[in-house]
Amino acid sequence: MAGDTTKTDMQAQTIDQNGEEIVIKLDGKDAYGEQLQTSTQYPKEEKPFPPFDPATFGPQLFWLVISFGALYLLMSKIALPKIGEILEVRRDRIEGDLAEAERLRQKTEQAIENYETELATARAKSHEIAEKTRTEIKSELDAKHSEVEAELSKKLSIAEARIKETKLAALVNVDEIASETLVSVISKLSTKISIKDARDAVKSVVKG
Amino acid sequence: MGYATNPIKQFDIIEIFSFGSINGFDLVFTNSALMMLVSVAIISGWLILTTRGRGLVPSRLQLVSEITYGFIANMIRTSTGSEGMKFFPLVFSLFTFILVSNILGLYPYFFSVSSQLIVTVALALLVMGIVIFYGVWKNGFKFLKIFVPSGIPLVVLIIVVPIEVLSFLSRPLSLSLRLFGNMLAGAIVVKVFAGFVVSLTAMGLIGIIGAILPLAMTVALTGLEFLVAALQAFVFTILTCVYLNDAIHPGH
Repeated sequence: MAGDTTKTDMQAQTIDQNGEEIVIKLDGKDAYGEQLQTSTQYPKEEKPFPPFDPATFGPQLFWLVISFGALYLLMSKIALPKIGEILEVRRDRIEGDLAEAERLRQKTEQAIENYETELATARAKSHEIAEKTRTEIKSELDAKHSEVEAELSKKLSIAEARIKETKLAALVNVDEIASETLVSVISKLSTKISIKDARDAVKSVVKG
Repeated sequence: MGYATNPIKQFDIIEIFSFGSINGFDLVFTNSALMMLVSVAIISGWLILTTRGRGLVPSRLQLVSEITYGFIANMIRTSTGSEGMKFFPLVFSLFTFILVSNILGLYPYFFSVSSQLIVTVALALLVMGIVIFYGVWKNGFKFLKIFVPSGIPLVVLIIVVPIEVLSFLSRPLSLSLRLFGNMLAGAIVVKVFAGFVVSLTAMGLIGIIGAILPLAMTVALTGLEFLVAALQAFVFTILTCVYLNDAIHPGH
């Protein structure tokens, strides 16, 4: 027992001595100490290059199966069907919209066509109506015109007849006035003249 | 030290916690598992949340989901015909998983799932397993026609058939190694240059001036790695489609 303790004491002393030396060395050269540490670690790192270390294969395979399996399930059950659906909905929507647009375009064209034919018929109709009205008015006008003309000519002839009559009457009166004037002129002059002779004289003059 | 300058350190698998072990199989939850779950969460969250509105006129975010959907759907339709659309969820999951984990891996201090050999091998074997099982289930013995190109004389077939068999067998290998190698190499190269920046700036003023070039390289390589990340996801997916086409229509 006693011998053992002395031995350990001795060891401790030597270690102390060594330790002091090392401490001094470390104080003097920091880099040396580090180099010493790594060089002592090197022999321990005799295990193979990590990617080739068979000890890591098992756990890595295990976790690869779990993670890749999870990824596969998530992709095939959730993510990819979802994206596929989105794309399909969009494609359908675009196709539907295009078809709708085409339908509307055709509808518009139809409407334009209808409008144009309607416009043409309306124009024709209006033209017809205008023509009809014009001819109607013209015939009416013509009728009225001829009526008025007929009346006017009738009136004219009546007036002419009256003028003729009046003229005749006037002429007769003229004869009478002339005879009477003759009588009074002659009687004033000298000789008496009968009204009958005067009339004959006027008559012969007028006739002559 | 460590993460900043050691380009290999980024591939370390670190235990976060453990579910214990079943029959000696350790159900340890690591940074790798975390990044896988983060990728899945980002993809699912993005696709489900952005399409929540079911907008007839899509929002910008919804459009991203729709474009991805259309991109993969088109890829399958052009390479396998409409019959291949039953594999659409699988191909879509593969593409998004690889793309998102590739891009996440570019982020400093993030773990790159696709630079773990076992992950890319597992994905490639999944694809080849489906190709073989679906091919045999749908076509029976006619599936073997994929090894026999039509319209070739019998004498030549003796040479061609072994080549075809060999090329078929090498498919999972090339499929997995292409993705793994690209992502691994890219991550290492970026880290090497970034590590130069860290070590040089620690050396004082001259080091900082000297660090300009590697910093520029890091920036340029990061841009390139984004391209590679997207390209490798695309390549993996289109090859999956091509292989699925073989299963659906064997005999070229």
